[in-house]
Amino acid sequence: MSDTPRNPVPDPAVVREEMLKAYPAKTRKKREKQIVLNDPDAPPQIGANTRTIPGIITQRGCTYAGCRGVVIGPIYDIVHITHGPVGCGYYSWLTRRNLARPEEGQTNFMQYCMNTDMQEDEIIFGGEKKLAAAIREAYALFKPKAISIYATCPIGLIGDDIHTVARQAKEELGINVFAFSCEGYKGVSQSAGHHIANNGVFKNIVGLDDTPDSGEYRINILGEYNIGGDAFEIEELLRKCGITCTATLSGNVSYDQIARCHTADLNCVMCHRSINYMAEMMETKYGIPWIKVNFIGAESTAKSLRKIAAYFGDKALIDRVERVIAQEMLALKATVEEVRPRCEGKLAALFVGGSRAHHYQDLFKELGMQIVSAGYEFAHRDDYEGRDVLPTIKVDADSRNIEELDVEADPQRFKARRSPEQLEALQAGGFTFSDYEGMMREMDRRALVIDDISHHEMDQLIALYRPSIVCCGIKEKYIVEKMGVPCKQLHSYDYGGPYAVFTGAANFYREIDRMVNTRVWSMIMPPWQKQPELGARPVFTPKPRRSREEASPATRGRAVRPVPTETATTN
Amino acid sequence: MLNATTAEHTERKALRINPAKTCQPIGALYAALGIHKCLPHSHGSQGCCAYHRSQLTRHFKEPVMATTSSFTEGASVFGGLSNMTQALTNIFGIYQPDVVAVHTTCLSEVIGDDIPMMFKKFREDGKLPEGAQLIHANTPSFKGSHVTGFANMTAAMARYLSERSGEVRDQLNLIPGYLDPADMREVKRLATEIGARFVMFPDTSDVLDTPQVGRFEMYPKGGATVAQIRSAGDSFATLGLGFWASEAAAKELESKCEVPYEMGELPIGLGATDAFVDAIRRLAAKSVPANIERERGQLIDLMSDMSQYLHRKRVAVFGDPDHVIPLVRFLVELDMRPAYVVTGTPGKAFEENVRQLLGPAGADAKVKAYEDLFSLHQWMKAEPVDLLIGNTYGKYIARAEGNLPFVRFGFPILDRVAHRYFPTVGYRGAMRLIAAMTDALLDQKDRECPEEFFELVQ
Ligand code: SF4
Ligand code: SF4
Repeated sequence: MSDTPRNPVPDPAVVREEMLKAYPAKTRKKREKQIVLNDPDAPPQIGANTRTIPGIITQRGCTYAGCRGVVIGPIYDIVHITHGPVGCGYYSWLTRRNLARPEEGQTNFMQYCMNTDMQEDEIIFGGEKKLAAAIREAYALFKPKAISIYATCPIGLIGDDIHTVARQAKEELGINVFAFSCEGYKGVSQSAGHHIANNGVFKNIVGLDDTPDSGEYRINILGEYNIGGDAFEIEELLRKCGITCTATLSGNVSYDQIARCHTADLNCVMCHRSINYMAEMMETKYGIPWIKVNFIGAESTAKSLRKIAAYFGDKALIDRVERVIAQEMLALKATVEEVRPRCEGKLAALFVGGSRAHHYQDLFKELGMQIVSAGYEFAHRDDYEGRDVLPTIKVDADSRNIEELDVEADPQRFKARRSPEQLEALQAGGFTFSDYEGMMREMDRRALVIDDISHHEMDQLIALYRPSIVCCGIKEKYIVEKMGVPCKQLHSYDYGGPYAVFTGAANFYREIDRMVNTRVWSMIMPPWQKQPELGARPVFTPKPRRSREEASPATRGRAVRPVPTETATTN
Repeated sequence: MLNATTAEHTERKALRINPAKTCQPIGALYAALGIHKCLPHSHGSQGCCAYHRSQLTRHFKEPVMATTSSFTEGASVFGGLSNMTQALTNIFGIYQPDVVAVHTTCLSEVIGDDIPMMFKKFREDGKLPEGAQLIHANTPSFKGSHVTGFANMTAAMARYLSERSGEVRDQLNLIPGYLDPADMREVKRLATEIGARFVMFPDTSDVLDTPQVGRFEMYPKGGATVAQIRSAGDSFATLGLGFWASEAAAKELESKCEVPYEMGELPIGLGATDAFVDAIRRLAAKSVPANIERERGQLIDLMSDMSQYLHRKRVAVFGDPDHVIPLVRFLVELDMRPAYVVTGTPGKAFEENVRQLLGPAGADAKVKAYEDLFSLHQWMKAEPVDLLIGNTYGKYIARAEGNLPFVRFGFPILDRVAHRYFPTVGYRGAMRLIAAMTDALLDQKDRECPEEFFELVQ
């Protein structure tokens, strides 16, 4: 089963053709662009962020999910109200594992699902009144710092003006109320929702409080959602290094932290796809540069810490970071050494999200495993091929739907964080800003890169490669496992984690070890299926008589031996 | 935990907080999986379908296959015909189901997409493979709940597929309602043991509780076949279980194929199971076998054995109407006191029904349809209960109230496994419910009682 990968690994070009050949012509034409063989030196162009093909069985969700669910939902102390029929809000209730440890006395509103539960009459006559009333009721009950409103598909269609309702509520209640036009149909995937959320958080929260944190080396972590406690681990590691994390967007984060996150001196981007807009806008408006980091995988974590230290350029910090890295690496060594021999050489494939399918490759590589195929669910070409392709990406009708904010340098608050000389010196030393190189440059030559993988393609992939493990989401999990291959969910971490930084890496190594080596996969076939039918009753061979003293308890009684197959007769 | 919830309950007119229901399509999608070789299809934006598949997967821990029309803005403005056509072409081209069961979403409902017209066009263009079936149900989520969606899709099965040939068959139709596969299996077992001949649809056993054999089957062996559903039009009668989920289909069979019907509660607890067994026996003209009488006797035995732990305990219950009503009946049979009874699904009939079961002794109980868990929690804060019964979301309330004994029951259960294999219907299911309730109460006692009262034997 899972421990018998196809050997040799099949030709990816053949696998690709197997995937494509079942498709009707029009579908094939589209999917051809989204399935490519990698070249790390010159990543080939991949079709990405295009419309999902109807009927294909996609992994993707909607704009609302990307907005309410991903980027803003994790802000724990504001009230989130979904405007629409009950379902959209219901499904985004506690189903993403953005953990939060609210400060003393604060409420974690993520435990609450609030929506307007629109009924037929309100759909016919408009829901603005109900929304306004819902906001008032929420305020009366909870007195939150802020209320955030999300539109679902039917709301866009009936034309409720949620932004006006929000503005009026803001005036009436004297708290911050803002709205997101994140109707599910707005984009081709969750990605559009990320952009809409970035815009809204930037416009409505960032910059409301100019009080800087008191700590040294102030940074924000952008695009980290604290699934399974990843952000807790990152915060702790940064604390050990003496780096101050002003805010994590968005995981274990309060409204107030986001309001003052523009006072930090560096933005560190984890998930490029979901939050690069915020990084860019903050740079333009406030002068905060951004760098790409990755806290998944020990090597990447070390690299990211070194990069942050190099940016601040302070000897004491650089030394401290080196000490922490050395300590953590040492602590991790025993785990790697124990686990690696059991995992080495096994095959893995990852299809998830907009950054994890890339980041998690590092952890597998640290175990000596081979990534035969990977792809994102909702990323864009730059996440595959690197940001240098940005100027060549065509903006299609679907992307044009999403507002691009006109951001300018803030006349009072823009402050270049580094002098031109400092920047020059950094860059001369090989330091790069705004620098995501994408997934493909770090993958093997001819590895299969698949954007928005369909069920059919996944089915073929598993049949042909027989990987030892596949990473994807909840909808695919049990499909993959029915095929006898363990599947690690990389959205929810299968309710495990944390997997970030060195401590998390140890958890992940052990988890992968468990998954690819657990006995259960070898028990699928019942013993009787391993032998042909005997077709006759067993023959009971009489035992030679032995004296009582000789017989051990184990041999007492009658022995039943099946007849060897060769001698079995059908009467 | 839920620390913004206080005991002061105020009426809300607009804001739903912590719903005790969800939207129609998830029920429709689930029902459609109870047809053999059927691929459910969600006509709207893809987010709904992603949510429904995810949530059902979390509940069943099984593959939940479905497709979507993946509307973008264009489709939302110009209608979804082209998306539907593309979807059906791909579905039949790639996944080859026998049946595609389309449900709408709020979006396609608001646009007003005419699904039968789309089917007609697809068929007329010669694109529908020989022998394949298209069925659909309208499932606007601004009406009813997930239970309504289940009912609508089940009725659609009868509407599209059942036929009357003129010859009445010696078979009973069973419409099992919104039950888990293990429960559907138990309903079938009971009917089979009594000796009834029947067709049951939808039937998700062997679809959403499949064994691990190292092979993925896109269409597992379970599910009612098209031929079976077709033949339902010739059955001598229909027994529908659960008014909310099953009456629509039973009515449909009556009006389309003149099959008379009877309705009963889901066989949860003693009385409702008695009624079910009695109905089957009567309709199929059989006598109840000793086996089933033994099971019933074992249940009564257990009820008397455990009575001391359950008697007069105050209980809060929430869930779907078809589940909650017989459960309340059972709690009353156990001399327990349902203090709060809540469903998120709208419908005054629920309140009347439950009130009747509670009788004068339960006059001070709060019974509400179209209500949510925030209100329930507020009431519980004001006047506590001994036990909470409901779906997984209840665990937040249980923890907020100092680890109140909590029994998971209904849909969805996202954090425990028993519902996947062990039924709560029938006499045996009732025994499992008693075990779950007494376990919860005794675990609490063992956790919290002073050491001198910690007992070996209970
Ligand atoms: S829009 Fe979709 S998810 Fe939301 S309530 Fe309607 S059908 Fe359900
Ligand atoms: S209705 Fe729209 S917003 Fe709601 S889940 Fe469906 S696609 Fe997403």
